[in-house]
Amino acid sequence: MADFEARRARTALWLLLPTLAAIALVGGYPLFRTIYLSFTDANLGSGTEAHWVGLENYWYVNEDGVNVGLLADPAWWNAVWNTVLLTLTSVSMETLLGLGFALVINSKIKGRGLLRTAILVPWAIPTVVSAQMWNWMYQDSLGIVSSWGRHLGLLKVGQSVVANPDTALWALVAVDVWKTTPFMALLLLAGLQSIPVDLYEAAHVDGATRLQQFRRITLPLLAPALLVAVIFRTLDALRIFDMPYVVKGNAPETMTMSIYARQQMIDNAEFGMGSSVSVLIFLVIMMFTVAYMTLSRVEGTHA
Amino acid sequence: MKTTAALTVLALFAAAPAHAGVTLSFACDSTGKGYDICKAGADAWAAKTGNTVNVLQVPNEPGDRLALYQQQLAAGSSDVDVFMIDVVWPGLIGAHLLDLSKLVPANELSAHFPAMVQNNMFNGKLVGIPWFTDAGVLYSRSDLLEKYGFKAPPKTWDELATMARKIQDGERAAHPLFQGFVFQGKNYEGLTCDGLEWLTSFGGGTIIDASGKITINNPQTVAMLKAVQGWIGTIAPEAVTTYGEEEARNVWQAGNAAFMRNWPYAYALGQGEGSVIKGKIAVSALPAGASGHGASTLGGWQLAVNGKSKHTKEAVELIRYLAGPEEEKRRAIVGSFSPTISSLYKDPEVLKAVPFFGSLYDVFVNAVARPATVTKAKYNQVSNAFANAVYSVLVKKQTPEEAVSGLQSQLARVKGKSW
Repeated sequence: MADFEARRARTALWLLLPTLAAIALVGGYPLFRTIYLSFTDANLGSGTEAHWVGLENYWYVNEDGVNVGLLADPAWWNAVWNTVLLTLTSVSMETLLGLGFALVINSKIKGRGLLRTAILVPWAIPTVVSAQMWNWMYQDSLGIVSSWGRHLGLLKVGQSVVANPDTALWALVAVDVWKTTPFMALLLLAGLQSIPVDLYEAAHVDGATRLQQFRRITLPLLAPALLVAVIFRTLDALRIFDMPYVVKGNAPETMTMSIYARQQMIDNAEFGMGSSVSVLIFLVIMMFTVAYMTLSRVEGTHA
Repeated sequence: MKTTAALTVLALFAAAPAHAGVTLSFACDSTGKGYDICKAGADAWAAKTGNTVNVLQVPNEPGDRLALYQQQLAAGSSDVDVFMIDVVWPGLIGAHLLDLSKLVPANELSAHFPAMVQNNMFNGKLVGIPWFTDAGVLYSRSDLLEKYGFKAPPKTWDELATMARKIQDGERAAHPLFQGFVFQGKNYEGLTCDGLEWLTSFGGGTIIDASGKITINNPQTVAMLKAVQGWIGTIAPEAVTTYGEEEARNVWQAGNAAFMRNWPYAYALGQGEGSVIKGKIAVSALPAGASGHGASTLGGWQLAVNGKSKHTKEAVELIRYLAGPEEEKRRAIVGSFSPTISSLYKDPEVLKAVPFFGSLYDVFVNAVARPATVTKAKYNQVSNAFANAVYSVLVKKQTPEEAVSGLQSQLARVKGKSW
């Protein structure tokens, strides 16, 4: 019997091998290469070989007593703060809106099929295209958002919400919510459809109100789908690059972690420093993932 | 049919040793009609010499081109023989480029603007020869100047502010979106260009001087930043901090601005068919600041040879031909590319095709280079830091004093022991 088990395990290992090899090649190698480069002073412009510098990219106090390491760079922490702020607000708004949309589409209303297709349009447009579209809508003299703002008396001539450093990040959150709510709605709709209808019928017979049904049946049974959707979107939002970059470029008030990494790597040609940024982004995202995993395990034992 | 094909093949084989030509790869232009005009020039040289030039398709954005070329050059690739490089790149990729100082005759070099030749010096090597130039200029609406009783475009920034204010106040009645002055205020390389122009015209130096000393922390810089900050929300829209070249040009070309700072390319577009401001454009040198003179940032493109190229002899011949008077003249006439050979600004045929080349000659000659040569591989960091500091003043997140002292210490950090 034990022999059989061992043989089964061996077979499983052999069957897994191609997948593991593929992951090691496309995931593992770049990851470890990035971690290695983060300990070097690799630079594309200098024309010299990369040297091992240990932790200097992260933490290094120079002769003048100034810490020039990444962990002491206010621009990096500003990027972290912007990204976390953007992620938290946009993911929570998307979740609420997406849940609302999913509930509406899930109910038996006229034109449901059309609605389901139509709702996907923002998600289907390539981000660079929709970001540029929003950029023009926000533009101060020709943009429709600015025009509305002026009619409502919120903006003066020459002002726009993306130009104002205090509102720019929120303008970008709005674009992100607009773009990814459909994705959220779709994931949650799939979750809703997996809830058996007879549960609601039984609740109805027992005299439960609509609100009670939602709280006692829909929410608990939707929780796994909800959690997956939130993890997906959070990890996505933490890496956000394209939309803010198209609208605001390297502007500090909307600089995200990925835009900062690109600036170090491509603009400054500092591959070593840029790799260090990438490693830190990896760690930040891993922290969020571990937090969610722990949370989901706790939820799982409750259910 | 078959016989013809066979004969062609034979002919090709027979022809090959007689020509003994090489094939060069050329990473050239892609903006506007740039590719076609470049290819025509390269083909003319190829036909003359029996070689072949493969003109590559390159990204539209210069920043994307730089990223691509940097990766290729850093990998030691010999795939591309000849590059068209931006005026700020010699310090960034110069280490990988061929030294042309002994390969291009001195009399050919001296025909070009000295500042542009000097800009291509990297560690004592000549890494490129000038091909076409660019300099910031001031665009004014000649019809509005006349309407409000101004005889000429502004000579100083103060004059510009007064004139812009008056025209804006007057025009707002009929055009509620009208702006006095638009420029490049977005946090990017363009703001470094505009900022350097203000800085130099105020006598605040060039951020970093030729010896590598950081000179930004001076009272003139603060005075300049104060003046510029004062424009925001008064004569320039607050949203100018989201404007690049094209955003500024769109406002200007829609007839919604009295003045614009931009590169010469905007002239041809503003004078194009269907433009509402056609025939109403005056182009002049940028106004003077406290120093008493104006300054334009030097832009423009050079031709360089990959140090790893397997055909350096032919590659150098190609760039000498392309940057020669005949080809630069053709490009000025068909594409309004500003020549780097000074004598072409007196050429009647060139002046007939592009009249403002005559009046702007001094602007091109005296253009101020960004501190790219001295800061070498760290130029982009310097430029980012400078643009960032100016930007933070434009959006009123920092006072001019804070921005300048912060920039000083940040530049010192970037510099480290040496550039």
